Amino acid sequence: MSQYKLPVGEVIETGIDFLVEHLSFITKASAKVVETVLGAMESGLLLVPIPVFIVLVGVGVWFLTKDRKLTVGSALGLALIWNMGLWAATVSTLALVVVATLCAIAIGVPLGICVAISKGAYKVVMPILDVMQTMPAFVYLIPAIPFFGLGKTAAIFSTVIFSMPPAIRFTCLGIRQIPAELVECSTAFGATRMQRLFKLDLPLASPTIMAGINQTVMLALSMVVIASMIGAKGLGGEVWKAIQRLQMGRGFEAGIAIVIVAMILDRVLQKLGTRKEN
Amino acid sequence: MAKIYVEGLYKIFGPNPKKALQMLSEGITKDDIMASIRHGVGVNNATFEVHEGEIVVVMGLSGSGKSTLVRCLNRLITPSAGKILIDGRDVLTMDEDELRQLRQRKMGMVFQNFALFPHRTVLENAALGLEIQGMERQERLKLADEALSLVGLDGWGESYPRQLSGGMQQRVGLARALALSPDILLMDEAFSALDPLIRRDMQDELINLQERMRKTIVFISHDLDEALKLGDRIILMKDGAIVQIGTPEEILTHPADEYVARFVEDVDITKIMTAESVMKHSEAVAYLRTDGPRAALRKMRKHNIAHLFVVDHTHQLVGIVSADSAAVLAQRGEGSLTEAICTDIKTVFPGTPAQDLFGIMADLPYPLAVVDEGNKFKGVIVRGTLVAALAERGGAA
Repeated sequence: MSQYKLPVGEVIETGIDFLVEHLSFITKASAKVVETVLGAMESGLLLVPIPVFIVLVGVGVWFLTKDRKLTVGSALGLALIWNMGLWAATVSTLALVVVATLCAIAIGVPLGICVAISKGAYKVVMPILDVMQTMPAFVYLIPAIPFFGLGKTAAIFSTVIFSMPPAIRFTCLGIRQIPAELVECSTAFGATRMQRLFKLDLPLASPTIMAGINQTVMLALSMVVIASMIGAKGLGGEVWKAIQRLQMGRGFEAGIAIVIVAMILDRVLQKLGTRKEN
Repeated sequence: MAKIYVEGLYKIFGPNPKKALQMLSEGITKDDIMASIRHGVGVNNATFEVHEGEIVVVMGLSGSGKSTLVRCLNRLITPSAGKILIDGRDVLTMDEDELRQLRQRKMGMVFQNFALFPHRTVLENAALGLEIQGMERQERLKLADEALSLVGLDGWGESYPRQLSGGMQQRVGLARALALSPDILLMDEAFSALDPLIRRDMQDELINLQERMRKTIVFISHDLDEALKLGDRIILMKDGAIVQIGTPEEILTHPADEYVARFVEDVDITKIMTAESVMKHSEAVAYLRTDGPRAALRKMRKHNIAHLFVVDHTHQLVGIVSADSAAVLAQRGEGSLTEAICTDIKTVFPGTPAQDLFGIMADLPYPLAVVDEGNKFKGVIVRGTLVAALAERGGAA
């Protein structure tokens, strides 16, 4: 059987090579832009004195969730990260996650709307999403390198691809779940599709869309760690270093820092989602 | 011109409506079409009209096609064949824009499950239609507020739908439709989800509103009592086809077929039947100018009755004579009835409900005369015939 191997890998490689050859000047240029933005963001965040930053996060969490435990927990968690000497790495990871998530949402939510509205788009996009979600995350890293070179842009690229599916799926689901009688009502009152989208679909689907965004953020965070293999640095980079040097303690410290960041983001986003529901 | 005119309307559910229409025209039944080519017949050759300012109730069991029929009127469902004219304009040839205009301005719709937007306040819900029209916020909220007070929801504007009871939610639904000041209201089982007491209140309220507003209302219901109460006319549907169109009384007293008859047999007949439907058209009357006591006595003997109503030459009711008093006059040899006529008698109009007749007739020593507004003699109700008429209809008796 394996004597006559179908050239699956070869075809894909040729395709990507072709794209790289003709597109890499664009992607490399955009890599520069992204890197500059990221760098500015990072140094901006690092400019804030750490205690002030922690207080600001605490105030922000309190303002968004009104949850005392969560507020105190967030502040303590960040203090622990500071204490472990992982502050700069955390800020770097945070910047990466924020940029990647924003990209994923900016592409994913509108795409989700398209998929919800158009049956044709649904049929095309859904299988692609299945592939995107089941493909091992590491595979995305490989083509990212020729396009963007080693570094943060390649990391963001593969993170966006990896974390976008829930944003698309949940947006689509939220809109398709709108009760039929409300849809009929908006039609009966003569609403256009756009009016229905903004007056009914999006407001009503927003808790579901928020749940999708939450998932996207979590996936982005996990991917950012994996992407450290292609030079994402940050907390993932710390873990990667620890693996290579077999520093168990150091590895766990970085791991704990990731967990803290993930929990803060997750709880705050969840609260935002459910608050809209009530 | 009829406000809504529908002719030969069909709705077939399935990929090949032409085939099903062909089969229908060959006389194949709905069930057989379903069995052979898996096409559903939603509406089968419906023809009717609705006049300005009347309430027409479309009634039938679930699955009879009444919801489909009404959704064809504003093309929420596109009919397979036929003609729908609203104010003389064909709905089926309208393009998207015209259709939206029609829905936005001319037709308000009220839904069975209220269909309120949960993320909007009551006021914003009531303003929805106006918002879709593109009206300025201030203006639309003002109109919505007026609509809310019209349905008795003053001061509830800032609440959310889930904070309201079912009846109140449906008032919001009604206000949302009324805010458009549409000519036509389509009400799809609007009160069916409410409990019986609230439902009755809402029906009364709709009747009140209708007296003031005179909208053209198409109301869907599966509840005959509701149909009889609200409908100026009733359209009865079965298996997608219209089986009978008529006033509540026509439906009750002359059911078109077995199906309608079965439908109406549970109704409390005394609420629906009127003096007109239980009275006898009596030819036995005495004419004031021509009939003397002897002629009157002869007529009574002939019809085997003890009292005779007296009318003048224009058929206006003058009074009643009894056999006894006529006999006295006859013995005296009088030529005129005038002396024997009792003019102080009870009369009822043709529209008087049958349930009121029992009270009126209870202590009446003579039959009850039915006269129209011009005091013209229409017929007679004797207690025997009243009870018999009711018993025949199987209602209160």
